[in-house]
Amino acid sequence: MKRVYVREEWCLGCHLCEYNCAFSNSGQDDMVKALKDKDIRPRIHVEDRADGVHFAVSCRHCGDALCLKSCIAGAISKRDGVVCIDRDKCVGCYTCVLVCPYGALRPSGDGPMEKCQLCLDSAAGEPACVRGCPNRAIVFEEKEGA
Amino acid sequence: MGYVIIGNSAAAIGCVEGIRRVDKEGEITLIASEKHHTYSRPLISYLLEGKTDLERMKYRPDSFYRDMGVDARLGVTVTALCPRERKVVCENGEEIPYDKLLVATGSAPFVPEIPGLERVEGKFTFLSLADAQALEAALTPESRVFILGAGLIGLKCAEGIAGRVKSVEIADLAPQILPSILDERAARRVQNHLERQGLRFHLGDTAARFEKGRAFLKSGGTVDFDILVVAVGVRPNVSLVKDAGGQAARGIVTDDTGLTTLPDVYAAGDCCESVDLTTGERRVLALLPNAYLQGECAGKNMAGLPARFDQAVAMNAMGLFGLHLITAGSCRGEALVQEDGGAYKAFFVEDGLLKGYILVGDCLENAGVYTALIRERTPLSTVDFGLLRERPQFLAFSREKRREMFA
Repeated sequence: MKRVYVREEWCLGCHLCEYNCAFSNSGQDDMVKALKDKDIRPRIHVEDRADGVHFAVSCRHCGDALCLKSCIAGAISKRDGVVCIDRDKCVGCYTCVLVCPYGALRPSGDGPMEKCQLCLDSAAGEPACVRGCPNRAIVFEEKEGA
Repeated sequence: MGYVIIGNSAAAIGCVEGIRRVDKEGEITLIASEKHHTYSRPLISYLLEGKTDLERMKYRPDSFYRDMGVDARLGVTVTALCPRERKVVCENGEEIPYDKLLVATGSAPFVPEIPGLERVEGKFTFLSLADAQALEAALTPESRVFILGAGLIGLKCAEGIAGRVKSVEIADLAPQILPSILDERAARRVQNHLERQGLRFHLGDTAARFEKGRAFLKSGGTVDFDILVVAVGVRPNVSLVKDAGGQAARGIVTDDTGLTTLPDVYAAGDCCESVDLTTGERRVLALLPNAYLQGECAGKNMAGLPARFDQAVAMNAMGLFGLHLITAGSCRGEALVQEDGGAYKAFFVEDGLLKGYILVGDCLENAGVYTALIRERTPLSTVDFGLLRERPQFLAFSREKRREMFA
């Protein structure tokens, strides 16, 4: 299946992917209204270092997803390979945060955990972080053996 | 191939999913004493608190057994295992043959012998849905609740019912709360938070005897109560395997494929032991993620795909009245502690490896990065551990490692 991969050497550290992610998952159609003065909670995160190292991290949609296997509520499942979380079932216990080696799950503002679902429910085609990356540092690709 | 699974919780479901990754055709019969569709036991406190309901606490969708081709015999108790005849015997006399068997019988609450305890009315345990429903039926806004045990079960029970009763008092023989997962300082911190919610503790103390509605504590004090919850611990249900001649110590003994000492009989979940990766010792790690992973591993092996589960680590994530904490591994070696108003972090390092950690409060983000260091036995010399202790981040890893993870 196609997954999001990052090219660290191309990342500018502009953080646009975070804004595009938050907008895509806001359910709104106006980016300014969706993000201005809001505590945005993107599902992709850019790390920066002063000497120019930048890169984005997001859910790997693992074949053997530890979050899915560890979820005490049975709230995490796969839809066509995409690791998805059911907000209604999640009780916000943090077990997924405890087991995920990629930091892919974080609490939403109102209790349940949130994660990248490859913009399955919001955008057509490719994830918003990929579509909006000005330097092609985030790509959506099929990889052999992944 | 005919598979039989005894149990219907995380280990059993993991086993079904493990088998079906390999074998789409073999017959799977799942037998469980409880009549319910598979549900999440750790959610019973959330149920009493009103944060979930019977529908949402189902561990898998309604269509699970049908989708997975499982013949689920719910409400049926297996009373004997006959390894030589390769069959199990149910209480209704029915005999069910197997080629491969999984025993995922879980654990049962341990109720200690305390003088007068057997005559206490309004006495409950807190492990199954039936336990939670019985307790709920007895609660009133005037109830004074006394909980024996300040471990995970006792405290989650307290949280679940605190808003629905008059008072909650908790006693534990240990001098601190959550003795199996927290160090003393973290425990003190969490206890302060719980006391601010109105819970009262009697630590280093326990009930020496009971009279009607009153517990006489070892220390000389008394606790008057309407409802008693016994949450001092659980015992693995080993008797099926043990009575059939299989080896059991505290829990059922298996190898790292999940196989017991009986041929073609596997075991997984709270009924059996695992080897703790951080200590190399065998212990019962009665935790849902561990149960699922053991069950899944056993399922794959039962279906003929070699698999090993050799990464058992104690780990807990829990919230108590809005304060969250995460712990993993064991408190071995040098303790590196950082504390401020909002957060408590303790890391335990031995032989250049992270062996365990405790996080309380506003510092849980990306905690799984730490868990992975423990699980993968990552030499701390290969990462920037100083940076990681500030907060888990991938800048602390080499560029090659990051490429492996994300590129």
